[in-house]
Amino acid sequence: MNVSEQLTVVKTLSKKEKIAKRVAQMFRDGSLVNLGVGLPTLIPSFIPKEVEIWAHAENGIVGVGPPALKGEEDYLYVDAGNRFCTIKPGGSFFGSATSFGLIRGGHVDFTVLGAMQVDEEGNLANWMVPGGKMAGMGGAMDLVVGAKKVIVASEHCTRDGSPKILKKCTFPLTGARVVDIIVTELAYIEVTPEGLLLKEISADTTIDEVISKTEAELIIADDISVMNV
Amino acid sequence: MNKLTTVEEAVSIIKDGDTLMIGGFYTVGTPHDLAEEIIRQNKKDLTIINNDGGNPDSPLGRLIYSGNVKKVILSWCGYLNELPDMVKSGKIELELNPQGTLIERIRAGGFGLGGVLTKSGINTIIEEAGYGKRVHLNGEDWLYHPPLKADVTLIEAYKADNFGNLLFRGTQRNFNDIMCYAGNIVIASVKKPIKKKGELAPDTIMVQGPVVDYLVQQEV
Repeated sequence: MNVSEQLTVVKTLSKKEKIAKRVAQMFRDGSLVNLGVGLPTLIPSFIPKEVEIWAHAENGIVGVGPPALKGEEDYLYVDAGNRFCTIKPGGSFFGSATSFGLIRGGHVDFTVLGAMQVDEEGNLANWMVPGGKMAGMGGAMDLVVGAKKVIVASEHCTRDGSPKILKKCTFPLTGARVVDIIVTELAYIEVTPEGLLLKEISADTTIDEVISKTEAELIIADDISVMNV
Repeated sequence: MNKLTTVEEAVSIIKDGDTLMIGGFYTVGTPHDLAEEIIRQNKKDLTIINNDGGNPDSPLGRLIYSGNVKKVILSWCGYLNELPDMVKSGKIELELNPQGTLIERIRAGGFGLGGVLTKSGINTIIEEAGYGKRVHLNGEDWLYHPPLKADVTLIEAYKADNFGNLLFRGTQRNFNDIMCYAGNIVIASVKKPIKKKGELAPDTIMVQGPVVDYLVQQEV
């Protein structure tokens, strides 16, 4: 797809859909994937047909299926976002000890989470605003240290337009030096030992716009390309 | 030994000041009948270990709100909107553990281990607040957490026999199987009609009969 075709596609998608569609391309056939609440739940509908992923739920499922249809809910089939769910053929149920063993043991290939803040070192804050209501970290701290690839899928800026990708997180961390990739509606960024590497930008933005909306230092990749969604 | 008893008798075993492990994840697998009876019997000064505390309408959530619980250990409490204010005003103590650390602390308690070594929470508030203690072993940094045990474990099972063998269904298992090993006394509230010893296939059993002390039959 060339840039002008890509621009046409991008215009049909919401910010969140763009992010979900880009993340969906990263999975391989057979990947075991944990999708967080919110934006990441949009990802499954964008996964290419030839790729079958296995969704992991913290409360004990590999192979989470689509949400249960109205009237067909089973009160004991509930996913980690507290939705009545189904299970795919080949899926399995287990307890929390096994579930977090799968996570910490490196058996989960990808975890996709939202962010309140993420920074140059790959630190992630996504569970607590200082002075805000305390809700708890749930399984997020285990997911970010255990999953093979930690993907932050988040809008580039906060609701009031200030940057989320910072030099240094100021909110309490979910994990230190844990993030591998940041996908926003504007950019695809890799966390490297040298810093944040800008590898792709959306067809409807410019490098300058991405830099102006990012507090962290960005290294521009030599082979920077247009994000294909 | 007859393990079959009533909700009233089972809950009467709990003493004021006890530490309780209560199963369930978003109330799935929580023994609502037992939690309701703890409220009715007005048990006091309880410490409750559970994943999320249920919600304000569930018996577990109402028990936590009742003023009779002095401390909760959870990984998440997003449905209990009033809990943060109760914590601020000193009505209750809240300890948050990463979910994987919480289940492993329970497993360590139940399986005779000295604690948990995990990387979860390293360089975060978990370490800064002193919940996890950093240790350096074999060239790597870990957070050490002590094991958790309970005076009484209360869980829901799907099927059981009268010897106490238990099975769970769907996402009902969550913390429930492991909590059975970490409680001095274990009470299971059973959904399906309780079978006779020998009627459940041995290789499907998820918690072994000798671990379970009391069975309560839910209304069928």
